[in-house]
Amino acid sequence: MNAHAPLTRLDGACADPAAGVTIRQERGQRAVFCGLTGIVWLHRKIQDAFFLVVGSRTCAHLIQSAAGVMIFAEPRFATAIMDERDLAGIADMNDELDAVVARLIDRRPDIRLLFLVGSCPSEVIKLDLGRAAQRLSRSFAPSVRVLSYSGSGIETTFTQGEDACLASLVPEMPVSAADAEPSLLVVGALADVVEDQFARIFAALGIAPVRFLPARKAGEMPPLGQGTRYLLAQPFLTDTARALEERGATRLAAPFPLGSEGTTAWLWAAAESFGVSRARFESVVAPGQARAATALAPYRQRLADKRVFFFPDSQLEIPLARFLSREMGAELIEVGTPYLHRGHLADELALLPAGTQIVEGQSLDDQMDRCREAKPDLTVCGLGLANPLEAEGLATKWSIELLFTPIQGYDQAGDLAELFARPLLRRTRLEV
Amino acid sequence: MQLTVWTYEGPPHIGAMRVATAMRGLHYVLHAPQGDTYADLLFTMIERRDARPPVTYTTFQARDLGSDTAAIFKDAVAAAYERFKPQAMIVGASCTAELIQDDPGGLAKALALPIPVIPLELPAYQKKENWGASETFYRLVRALSGPPPAAGIERESADGRRPLCNILGPTALGFRHRDDLVEIRSLLERLGIDVNVVAPLGASPSDLGRLPDADFNVVLYPETAKAAAQYLQKTFGQPMVETVPIGVQATVRFVEEVARIAGIDPAPVLAGAPSRLPWYSRSVDSTYLTGKRIFVFGDATHAIAMARVAATELGFKVVGLGTYSREFAREVRAEAALHGIEATVTDDYLDVEAAIQAAQPELVLGTQMERHIAKRLGVPCAVISAPIHVQDFPARHSPQMGFEGANVLFDTLVHPLMMGLEEHLIGMFREDSEFHADAAPSHLGRHGGAPAAAPAQDGPALAAPSIEVGPASTAPAPQNTNTPQTHQDPVVVFLWDAAAEKELKKIPFFVRGKARANTERFARERALSLITVETLYDAKAHFGR
Repeated sequence: MNAHAPLTRLDGACADPAAGVTIRQERGQRAVFCGLTGIVWLHRKIQDAFFLVVGSRTCAHLIQSAAGVMIFAEPRFATAIMDERDLAGIADMNDELDAVVARLIDRRPDIRLLFLVGSCPSEVIKLDLGRAAQRLSRSFAPSVRVLSYSGSGIETTFTQGEDACLASLVPEMPVSAADAEPSLLVVGALADVVEDQFARIFAALGIAPVRFLPARKAGEMPPLGQGTRYLLAQPFLTDTARALEERGATRLAAPFPLGSEGTTAWLWAAAESFGVSRARFESVVAPGQARAATALAPYRQRLADKRVFFFPDSQLEIPLARFLSREMGAELIEVGTPYLHRGHLADELALLPAGTQIVEGQSLDDQMDRCREAKPDLTVCGLGLANPLEAEGLATKWSIELLFTPIQGYDQAGDLAELFARPLLRRTRLEV
Repeated sequence: MQLTVWTYEGPPHIGAMRVATAMRGLHYVLHAPQGDTYADLLFTMIERRDARPPVTYTTFQARDLGSDTAAIFKDAVAAAYERFKPQAMIVGASCTAELIQDDPGGLAKALALPIPVIPLELPAYQKKENWGASETFYRLVRALSGPPPAAGIERESADGRRPLCNILGPTALGFRHRDDLVEIRSLLERLGIDVNVVAPLGASPSDLGRLPDADFNVVLYPETAKAAAQYLQKTFGQPMVETVPIGVQATVRFVEEVARIAGIDPAPVLAGAPSRLPWYSRSVDSTYLTGKRIFVFGDATHAIAMARVAATELGFKVVGLGTYSREFAREVRAEAALHGIEATVTDDYLDVEAAIQAAQPELVLGTQMERHIAKRLGVPCAVISAPIHVQDFPARHSPQMGFEGANVLFDTLVHPLMMGLEEHLIGMFREDSEFHADAAPSHLGRHGGAPAAAPAQDGPALAAPSIEVGPASTAPAPQNTNTPQTHQDPVVVFLWDAAAEKELKKIPFFVRGKARANTERFARERALSLITVETLYDAKAHFGR
């Protein structure tokens, strides 16, 4: 409905001949979180990091609403709320920020890494948080390192906040020795339990060393160099990938480790690159595949032939659609995604059934009209839309749960299927 | 720049959304980036609303800045009008759009839509949610309630018909507004008074045009409705009822005030025992409530009312009272003075936490924020004010206002303590094999033991020799512990002799923390190096309530 910036391509559908899917771009009102939301899971992943949003009261309200609960004594995130005095120039914004950071670090001496997180207002007034981070890093060295990235909603969508955060970590990664052996780097925040599972599989395959970005501690970020081969564990890491490649790392192209098939293909990309034989690979992954098959079987009945509609949200939509379609036998009506990285998702797109409708971007009201018209069996959407669509009679799966729940790998494949099956199961139980 | 861990109120445009979402036939076009769309979930998830709020966000992006954000806004207004065909629109900017100064009001006016379009100026860097709700409602009433009567025309008297009133204040996402409204409507009905318009909740823009028909206005939530009611009073000569009917006495005063303005007799409605609270409070099983230490924090309306109910209707002792509503700080300070305490007026969550710790209450009445503070401190808590969460929208009828609201308050304020009494009975059998001394009270989750954790008692080894450890801030502060990180004084660890330690364990758990803290304070003030059974009882005599 809103004509935003000119499109690089016209709004009409354009078939991607390589992938056999239809990709259409849409512009208009979006209903997606901004990149600040990523703080909710990132602060738990990097256990000695603190995230300080430099923004408005809206930013503070967003994070606490997205977090849903106020469960922490003092969470490792906070907002430096800009006020009138800052904007009118009565107070020097940099002095104010320094004072806030000093107070914070005094209160939280356990913090080793502080992220200054830019917001829409800080971007609009062009507050230079990069410089502020350098200045503060100098004054708090060596106990606290200060970095900055932008989670602003005018530049980032939801999961892109993690991308921006990880990209800001790349320059901090130590340089690996010139003669270092090839190493594997898994990129993207995964639940610790999933990370440990993958580490065991890589060890069984004889791949070493294997490291993860982000590390669980600020001081343990992995080394990086020409010998680094990286596997993306998440589909939304555009800037991080670029930064890694600038430091000499090479991407191993693969689908994403969602579902048994995706996990196998993802692990194989690493195995192949590290010269693991197919026979050894098969023997190592066979138990995981067997467990996944057992776990998935009961949900296939429930999800087969179900018509699924994805609203754009986390950028996980394409791998999730691939999983639902190929492993669960679901039918894809429309796969919305806020942004599509055609390179990183090439292997995923190739696996989607021919003719899959992909919509990049959003025009909310139009999309809701299409969804109502299509009457899908299951609609995957953001939290704000779920209850309104349920009230209209549509079964929904709210997508933020897909980021807070461990869903990657063989041993979570069943859990992933269950997340989609549960709303359908629930409907069969309720008699009121 | 203010360091904020949690915020009690959202930005002012959230207040505008609470008004718009409460109404019918009104649409709000908000110039805002996509992140601001999180606000939908406040309504659809926390309040479980079955429709999106009537809000269109422009969701402009960085690449639009400096070129065509104004065009995006105009297109959004035009498209929203076409799609939703509202009776009226409100337009405004969120914090980011305020900085780019696109003038939403002027842009919308230029479209010359055939409906009223009301511009909102909600300064996001100065004001907050409740102010935004109040300002929005005031602007709507001003724009839609029609022209003032010509000079010299008297208000029509109510002779020969039932008195007519408006109920002002309830919004979407309001704490128990839905149920309060049911109670107040029924109370007015019993008095023989008709309700003309309820607004914002359930009202359409055209309903606001009928506001002047009423004889008077009932202001249920001054945070939202006082400014609008003052306008109606000035413009149309409608008196307003300002007594907030929370608690038995306030409800009686409310009924009397309404009856006086309406010129009717309140006696039939007040006859008999309209609320169970007075008898329940006088029932002997309630004697243990006497002097219970209560800390109250919330919006001004609820905080003031709860302090009064707690003190005068339940016999509690109010040891702390505060609000995040700076607009009503004066009223809250006055109420605090009646309880002989100083009000905590702050929107800094950490200050509230410190105040609660210092006051050592046995029950906290607060918002969802205080619920979490209380949980950490092991003190029971009841939620009595926004900000609230999904569990504060119960399926059952659960008003705060009116006589039924007083019944609900009795249960709400007493049940957490009843649990405490049961735990005490269990504690009497503590030496039995089924129990052990470290078992936490079951209703307080995994944190148990001392109700009000005084800073001095958080030392790691309480029976260890007296030592001084440095400021808490130099030690690594793990998350989710009771370590008070605000505490800057040296932590003194006292030496209790074995007999005193054993004696302390005989004291019921829910006062044990206070006994320990008081004893240690007593010892510190007298520079005693060892706490004995004698010290314990000397301190008890000294601090005896």
